[in-house]
Amino acid sequence: MRLLPRGFHWIAGTLILLLWIAAGIAAQGGAPPLPAAPAAPAQGGGRGGNRGGAAPATPGVGNPTATFPAQQRPPGDPEVIARGNGLYGANCRLCHGADLRGGDQGGPNLLRSAVVLADQSGELIGPVILNGRSNPGVPPMPKFTLAADDVRALAEYLHSVAATMQGQGGPPRGTPPVLNVLVGDAAAGEAYFAKNCSGCHSATGDLAGIGARNTNPMLLQNSWLGGQSGGGGRGGGGVGGGAATNPVMVTVTPPSGPKVEGRLGRIDDFLVIVNLEDGSSRSFRRNGDVPKVELRDPREAHRKLLPTYTDKDIHDVTAYLVTLK
Amino acid sequence: MTIRKFILICVMVIAPALLGAQVQGGLDPATLLKPLGNTWPTYSGDYTGRRFSSLKQADRNTVKNLTLAWIGKVTAGTPGGRGANFIEGGVGNGQFGAGGGVTIKGSILMVDDHLYVTSPDNVWMLDARDGHEIWHYYWKTRGSTHIANRGVGIWHNYLYFETPDDYLVSLDARTGMERWHVEIADFNQQYFSTMAPIVVDNHLLVGTGNDIDSPGFLQSFDPETGKLQWKFYTVPMNLDDPGIGTWPNLEAARHGGGQVWVPGAYDPETKLYIFGTGNPTPGYTGQGRPGDNLFTCSLIAVNVDTGKMAWYFQTSVHDTHDWDSAQTPVLIDATINGRPRKLVSTAARNGYFFTLDRITGAHIVTSKYGSTSNWAMGLRPNGVVEPDPGKEATVPGSLVSPIEGGVTNWPPPAYSPDTGLFYVQEHNGFNMVYLTDPDPRGSMGLGGKQVSQLGSLGNYLTAIDPKTGKVAWRHEYTGGGGGGLLATAGGLVFSGDGSGNFVAHDASNGKPLWHTRIGNLSNAPQTYMLDGQQHVLAAVGDTIYDFVMY
Repeated sequence: MRLLPRGFHWIAGTLILLLWIAAGIAAQGGAPPLPAAPAAPAQGGGRGGNRGGAAPATPGVGNPTATFPAQQRPPGDPEVIARGNGLYGANCRLCHGADLRGGDQGGPNLLRSAVVLADQSGELIGPVILNGRSNPGVPPMPKFTLAADDVRALAEYLHSVAATMQGQGGPPRGTPPVLNVLVGDAAAGEAYFAKNCSGCHSATGDLAGIGARNTNPMLLQNSWLGGQSGGGGRGGGGVGGGAATNPVMVTVTPPSGPKVEGRLGRIDDFLVIVNLEDGSSRSFRRNGDVPKVELRDPREAHRKLLPTYTDKDIHDVTAYLVTLK
Repeated sequence: MTIRKFILICVMVIAPALLGAQVQGGLDPATLLKPLGNTWPTYSGDYTGRRFSSLKQADRNTVKNLTLAWIGKVTAGTPGGRGANFIEGGVGNGQFGAGGGVTIKGSILMVDDHLYVTSPDNVWMLDARDGHEIWHYYWKTRGSTHIANRGVGIWHNYLYFETPDDYLVSLDARTGMERWHVEIADFNQQYFSTMAPIVVDNHLLVGTGNDIDSPGFLQSFDPETGKLQWKFYTVPMNLDDPGIGTWPNLEAARHGGGQVWVPGAYDPETKLYIFGTGNPTPGYTGQGRPGDNLFTCSLIAVNVDTGKMAWYFQTSVHDTHDWDSAQTPVLIDATINGRPRKLVSTAARNGYFFTLDRITGAHIVTSKYGSTSNWAMGLRPNGVVEPDPGKEATVPGSLVSPIEGGVTNWPPPAYSPDTGLFYVQEHNGFNMVYLTDPDPRGSMGLGGKQVSQLGSLGNYLTAIDPKTGKVAWRHEYTGGGGGGLLATAGGLVFSGDGSGNFVAHDASNGKPLWHTRIGNLSNAPQTYMLDGQQHVLAAVGDTIYDFVMY
């Protein structure tokens, strides 16, 4: 396709080049900043993959952690909200649920409703209340006869609840349900313990009274699974576990010179650091298998067991451990 | 006036107008079809998702000469920020600011000797020769979740990036001046946008994220005007949409998630853009959404001109662990059973590896690469992994591997056609997952559970044969690894080891050949050519380290 006169190409090309150079010079204007100083290694900066980090919502203007409009609203008048709550109970709760998350009659969850989330003070919610609504896949919503003030109070109430949502889309906390973690069979747990755990642990020794010391069964379950509770078993560290009291130990054997033993500071493919008993530390360059490095991780045995448990084993053992008062 | 003079004057008048009307110069989108080498002009370097560079000045023998060229540090903007090269945009009033430090978690584009670096609300242009800042564009936000930004896209002389508060912003790549911004998702519905826009021909492919049960979608915009070309929802939005039978009702489907937050790959032969989708929502409480929940946690191929789905393959059926399948898929050409095949592979967050025919979506390989993944109970005849309902969150606790972050996550994998190996950072660990909201309606977002991490069962740089799904070798990281990978024709795989070292591994066996301790990488390493020398760069938080071959 030729739309331009013959000979245009070299002129245009030159012009474009000149413009390009000019733009380039303009873009690079200004004094270059001095080279930045090296930053300290940002440990843990690499993963960051799961989308955590959304702060729990605190309603109110000026809150820098308020992420979305539902959390950024100024708090409403408590009296209006209370009136809206009453109206909600009388008119809406049956279908939309006491917690706004949808009810037995098939009304949708209002906390994630696009209408509620976009509404400011009833201007979007109002027409739905007054005219009713028919959407595919949802039971039709009837018309309600409410005064304009009541519509605004209802909207204010909905927004006041939405403002208390947790981060990452979690619903308002509400009253936590009473949940029973202790569903296991203590006798089966005792049998499992005798077969699999008693080589290192004893119900009358390091684990005596573990059920009395740990009154929250969920925490007890987490800690024994992670190898962090009880006496640490034979050769283990102190009660409570954790890196501070139950550290990973390392022995480094250089090609010449004596063995060096201590707590593991750090190890990678290129370096091993040993923290010595006198508070000093030594580092060794690693080159494949030289020097010889032996690690003793008191929690390794527990970690290696993780792939072998069934959930029933876990619940049974926990049910047994809580009996060790 | 001679004819020649007349033409010259005409050209001087007409040419600027033509320049305005017709896009000239900068990055021709056709460049993106070429193998990755001298520049780094799109998220994965090229469309294949391989992150395989043809550069080989640094090879198994010479990489020991890779030397620090420069260190560049970037600082986030603030409302009313100063400096001759500071450009401020945005629609927020600064009241709900993000603040805080910078962590570079995206790709850095290298085009025309310049680097384009991003963090949420910020874009910097640096000189690739010494890392000095040329301009800094700052977007004044309305609020939102400031989790990450994955980088810019470039089309001719125009840049594109997404903001946490859901705008697509276009800048002049040379000056940083804003051309336009368009809203790409409803901020009220709590979308937040992080993806690096992908340029294909005259399409700008844009995804976004959400945690509050809103539907996921991929959109295509006109790179010249910012006008919407098409919008593809990843979950059924109408009663006659495909996949509706995999949800209990339309209301659940419309709040089913499936966000598109990591760039995909593009096959110019079929015009198919192939990308992964995120988890269904509510994330951990699947009791309110029985069924497979299409098209969440799936690989999806859409035609870039029409936005219509050509095929899909679900890599996590009815996910209940927040294991997105958003990972960048990799296009691979290989011979299987004596037949040359056009393939696409993905190592999913759930610990399973898949290879499909990228033209038809037909299943070829399913294998488990996450050594300890325990959530499945076998395969369906079509290669889909059957989840074990017993491994959903329960009130007394369910022992689950991998952990929430998955065996892998957004940090990109790499593939070398020279070794025929697919490289991925593998993380193994166990969680106890407790159901704290047993309400039959399910919870919302990522609520309704309590998670306790029990320990790591080993982290690795893992090489997989995509033709069989078998692991060829594993190199253990004593740290966690992370950031993502780069493979090169020099026979190298660059990676962070999670212990603060940036390492060049032998691509054939994982052996470390070069390393430097700069801190844990926050993005994937990249490489480019400048003044006849190969450069390799990686970011650690707010700092870019650029290495060069002498």
